[in-house]
Amino acid sequence: MSIDIPTICLTNIGPLITLSVAGLLLLLFDAFSGKAIKKAHFHQFSLVAVAIALLQTVLLWNRQTSDFSRMIYVDNFSFFFNIIFLLGTGISIILSVHYLENYKKNYGEYYALMLFAAVGMMLMAAGGNLVIIFLGVEILSIPIYILSGLFREDLKSNEAALKYLLLGAFSSAFLLFGIAMLYGGTATFYLADLAAFIKKNGMNGYTYVGMGLLIVGFGFKVSLAPFHMWTPDVYEGAPTSITAFMSVGTKAAAFAAFVRVFLEVFPSVRMEWDLLLWVAAVATMTVGNVTALAQTNIKRMLAYSSIAHAGYILVGLIAGNQLGATGILYYLLAYTLMNLGAFGVVIAVARKKDSYLNIYDYSGLAFQYPGLAAVMTVFLFSLVGMPPTAGFLGKFYIFSAAVQAGYIWLVIIAVINSLISVYYYLRITVIMYMQPAEADLGPVAVTPVVNATLIISALAVLLIGIFPGAIFQLAMNSIKIFGS
Amino acid sequence: MQIIFFLLAATALISGIMVVIQVNPVRSALFLVLNFFALAAIYLLANAQFIAAIQIIVYAGAIMVLFLFVIMLLNLRQPEEGGAHRHLGQKIFGSFLATAVIALVIYKVFRMVVPPAKPLTPDFGSTEMVAKSLFTDYLLPFEMTSILLLVAVVGAVILARSKVE
Repeated sequence: MSIDIPTICLTNIGPLITLSVAGLLLLLFDAFSGKAIKKAHFHQFSLVAVAIALLQTVLLWNRQTSDFSRMIYVDNFSFFFNIIFLLGTGISIILSVHYLENYKKNYGEYYALMLFAAVGMMLMAAGGNLVIIFLGVEILSIPIYILSGLFREDLKSNEAALKYLLLGAFSSAFLLFGIAMLYGGTATFYLADLAAFIKKNGMNGYTYVGMGLLIVGFGFKVSLAPFHMWTPDVYEGAPTSITAFMSVGTKAAAFAAFVRVFLEVFPSVRMEWDLLLWVAAVATMTVGNVTALAQTNIKRMLAYSSIAHAGYILVGLIAGNQLGATGILYYLLAYTLMNLGAFGVVIAVARKKDSYLNIYDYSGLAFQYPGLAAVMTVFLFSLVGMPPTAGFLGKFYIFSAAVQAGYIWLVIIAVINSLISVYYYLRITVIMYMQPAEADLGPVAVTPVVNATLIISALAVLLIGIFPGAIFQLAMNSIKIFGS
Repeated sequence: MQIIFFLLAATALISGIMVVIQVNPVRSALFLVLNFFALAAIYLLANAQFIAAIQIIVYAGAIMVLFLFVIMLLNLRQPEEGGAHRHLGQKIFGSFLATAVIALVIYKVFRMVVPPAKPLTPDFGSTEMVAKSLFTDYLLPFEMTSILLLVAVVGAVILARSKVE
């Protein structure tokens, strides 16, 4: 038997290789190096790896092909998402260091698992084959199940890990069953072939069931209602640095796969899924925002807010046009910066062992730490969607795409939801600036690096909100692969 | 062929249900073994000899033995009485919804026209063919699976390491 080895080009998956090798090396260093060198250098090493991967991604920009027998796409869409993932991973690593030292949990494996999770995210964004997308989901999820349970002594952390593992496995089964159904109906795993088959022959029973199950699987990962029940408990129980990481990473990766599959494979049968997603988007936004009103724990509040944001982003997918897809990319980048920033402040204010997580612990923050309160205000304004922040323009693009596509009612509901969200985000600003501290806040330790990261993130949120042109162009460039 | 398939499928389904509803964990595990064997036989019917052999050696053999060891080492107790009546409303509503969804799926699937199956090559499912596709078309997924397994191993060590620093 002769074997034709397909030609492969390793530079196409350069960022993937860098992060995987860095993760492996970290595990080895952790096992074989002395205690003294260990602690200080793990995060620096992983940050270097993230920076190299970022550089590789930038150098690959504008290359458009597919590799490994069409298993992955090498295109700007995946590069744009790579940049989001790498930014998210890098900022999360910076935010983790001090937090983990407080808990005496500064392990090398922690950073290695984060890098592996980033590999999974990249696979999801680049997957040209459902097998790769599924593998990406698993490589992303398993490290996060483990990292949510990192604090073994803490019952809440255990609960978070177990809940996420069980429900995540359940949703993976849905995803896998959906993939099997699609294969049964079309005899292919390749997105391009699936798209061609559906365009030519229309949908059949198998592909209907498969599409529905895919929505369930992805919906769980981006926490759409009614698959959002795990989100608040997992976000609350997991270590805050991991909550930050998964709130942006998992969501962006799952949306990358969601957008690619639905805009590439199913655009010709839009009528079949847009009503379904319409209902899901309205339910997600409403449940997220209304429930967030009642939260007093800031991590739970941000969890519900992340559910609501999944709803807004879904509006862009329902619109399904160029502007909608561009809006999703822009929004996810903005969301990464603003949400990580908000979690960074939460980590700083919570201090030792997460003792200050109630929203009233923020009272008087502006008098003692005006800088911290100011950046938090920027992030919260951006999460609300107020000009001139990036959050405003993200919402603006997505909503105007939906108006263009004729979903007027959806946009009206989304705007009403944004108004509801003003209350719970700005309540924190009010508490910070207008209420006197109930007790002396005590020292809030912020290392210079974290400080710089928070300030740069806040500036970036403002900057891409005021001058969106460049990012918008990049996002525009990235979604050219989708026909319509 | 058809009759054999349906017999095997029924065995797999019934044993799968038994895994879930058995109270005694050892019995659940043994039903799981039965399920794996039925699946292996279905793989054989689909011309996938290699996968069938792997299924029996790895799953029914190695993994299930580990399962049984763990169950016996943990010495699980019987759950307390009275658990069955909790959340009765949810259970009824849930099973109603599940039945409705399954009915819808079955209705849809039976009414559709199955696309004509492609004829298989004579060496389909042989070890050689599996190896070939693993090292050509499925090279990247194959390599990535190794990362997935590594992550799972590292995670198990982190969560189970005895000393809390």
